Amino acid sequence: MKRNLPLIFAFISGILVVISEFIPHRPFSQMVSTLQDWFMIIAGFAIILGQISLFQANLAKIKEKKSGWYFYLAGLLSFMLMLVIGLLWGTQEYRGLIGHGEAIQGWLGSKPFDYMFDNAYMPLSATMFSLLAFFIASAAYRAFIIRSFESNLLMITAVIVILGRTSFGGMLTAWLPESFKFWHLPNLSDFIMEYPNSAAQRAIMISAALGIIGSSLRIILGIERSYLGSDK
Amino acid sequence: MSFAGTFGLWMAVFFTFSIFSFLYKDNPFYKFAEQVFVGLSAAYWLVYLYYSIMLPNLFSKLISDFKGNLILLIPAALGIMMLMRIIPKTQWISRFPIAIMIGTSAGISMVRYAKSDLLSQISATMINPFAAVSVSAVIGNFLLIIGTICGVYFFYFSKKQEGLSAVPSKLGIWFLMISFGASFGYTVMARISLLIGRLEFILKDWLHIIK
Amino acid sequence: MSVNANSQTERRIVFLVLLLAVALPLIFPIGWKTEVSGYTKMAWNLIESTPDSVVVIFSFDYDPSTMTELQPMAEAMLEHAFSRNHKVLAMALWPQGAQMAEQAFAEAKKAYPDKAYGVDYINMGYKVAGIVAIQAMGRSMAEVFPTDQRGIKYQEIPMLKNIRTLKDIAYINSLSSGTPGIKEWVMAGRDAYGTPVTGGTTAVSAPGFFPYVNSQKQLHGMLGGLKAASEYEVLIGKIGSATTKMDAQSIAHLLILIFIAVGNVKAFRARRRRDAI
Repeated sequence: MKRNLPLIFAFISGILVVISEFIPHRPFSQMVSTLQDWFMIIAGFAIILGQISLFQANLAKIKEKKSGWYFYLAGLLSFMLMLVIGLLWGTQEYRGLIGHGEAIQGWLGSKPFDYMFDNAYMPLSATMFSLLAFFIASAAYRAFIIRSFESNLLMITAVIVILGRTSFGGMLTAWLPESFKFWHLPNLSDFIMEYPNSAAQRAIMISAALGIIGSSLRIILGIERSYLGSDK
Repeated sequence: MSFAGTFGLWMAVFFTFSIFSFLYKDNPFYKFAEQVFVGLSAAYWLVYLYYSIMLPNLFSKLISDFKGNLILLIPAALGIMMLMRIIPKTQWISRFPIAIMIGTSAGISMVRYAKSDLLSQISATMINPFAAVSVSAVIGNFLLIIGTICGVYFFYFSKKQEGLSAVPSKLGIWFLMISFGASFGYTVMARISLLIGRLEFILKDWLHIIK
Repeated sequence: MSVNANSQTERRIVFLVLLLAVALPLIFPIGWKTEVSGYTKMAWNLIESTPDSVVVIFSFDYDPSTMTELQPMAEAMLEHAFSRNHKVLAMALWPQGAQMAEQAFAEAKKAYPDKAYGVDYINMGYKVAGIVAIQAMGRSMAEVFPTDQRGIKYQEIPMLKNIRTLKDIAYINSLSSGTPGIKEWVMAGRDAYGTPVTGGTTAVSAPGFFPYVNSQKQLHGMLGGLKAASEYEVLIGKIGSATTKMDAQSIAHLLILIFIAVGNVKAFRARRRRDAI
């Protein structure tokens, strides 16, 4: 029961979705509609589960005093702080458990949750990803080396696109006469994106789709069951 | 600017430089900022989940009309069964909601990918290359058709090929290389943009050097 | 100096030069002009040619990490939709997208202060489960969004009076930086329910979405990265935040090309030295 019943559940829900695609009428449409509404609620609980796991993992590191445990404590405290202020006073639009917190809003200029979002979460998130600019510059300098015909192709395309997607690139070949407009860098870059790039990306898309369809079928038919975990 | 505003600005500046300090080397400021980021983002998700899913789609409906929404007790129960995964002894209970989610996702993926990424893409490749307004578009259409076919050929006939049968694979690789080059160009653009955004914050909002 | 220390110093010089290359054009703008590309024009055409008073969806499927690229697109497209008198339903497949939508509305309302909440625009907030949520919207919008963010019931929102499913929406505009996002909207919004989809995405994911702009019209044009955002600003005649950043973007691109060239010259010399030995 512990293994077979879930497999039956997966089969029924998967097959229902597929049938409703071909017979989009009652009772299948109604059943799938209900299933999708349920899915959103269950997915909500799944996210809660993920956050609890994160909380537990951090707590364990702090308890065991693993190296750098105080950083995990900072993470845990910021988690608690954001959660509590979010639930108590709500967010920009949502009303919190104890109202909108007009007094605290008057002092901070916004709700505490939004204050933390604007001044902590946003800069952290944006800066974390902006680091990648430095790493890609370093990679361009150290790793983007011509070694073969294929790497030549890659390099030439990259150079055209890097130039073509700037205002400077457009200026560089703006003097070309009308009959040579194809070689105008922005046009050339658009041509590469629209045709050879689309062709390769489409090949990847078609190949990946075949793989996804195959693995979905394996899940629905119960051949692929690794998501159930072990029996321990 | 009010005290809270100034404090908030300096907090943002502190976190920005803490992250940037990683460029020199890994250090406690970076580690601190990294963990705060993880904590804040987990809580952010949870708060929004509560207000935009759990409250309107479940709790409010049950509170306002319990009898009319009795059926919602099923996903609620399945959700609680999902949480059973936390306790090792009751982990198996979570298999039921997971199976429903995986089964539904598999069903949706199957039909959606078959339509959008397989059939529609094949249809979009079966075009008349000459039905274009310019010579470059006609050449482009040919490249699109040849590139797609050769790319799929390369992925699906991956055993070692020699002679004539190796030609489509070779062409497929060339198209892929062009695409990777283009992707690199676009990645450069994306990463630089993100840095511009942060520097604009430092130069505009903090130092007021630019307007 | 050891090889390792040498390479570490080189790395830091690269970082410093890049920092200067981005910062200086921000302080001393050059003012290079931006040319509009075909895919941006296509997206603009969809909004421009859609009749007024219809309800459209703007899906904010991104977070602050990519807001430099996507927020200018959202603002420019929102202003364009407001100028065409489209009624905008904002939603988010990413939790942070709900706040991004609020910021975009605040910016667009500077140009269109008369637009009223609930009548001309609405923020329905975040919905979990990506493609499943979109599929569910295709059957009943009110089931997915029982209330808006302020707690107003779906049935009581004036602009949504005649909107039952996704099929009643004139077009969908997804501003997306990953999954779920533009791909899910194409798959479920366009291919399942036939609602036209356009959108904007980060430059890094743009090449993967180009095959959707095709003869099947899976995607009506697309904005890829900051350059496309500045192109859209040109189309609506606005000097926005994307336009002002394009000089820095151009200079940084040039610098990356110089890095590639110098790196290759260095590698070529090293190879020749090795061959000589």
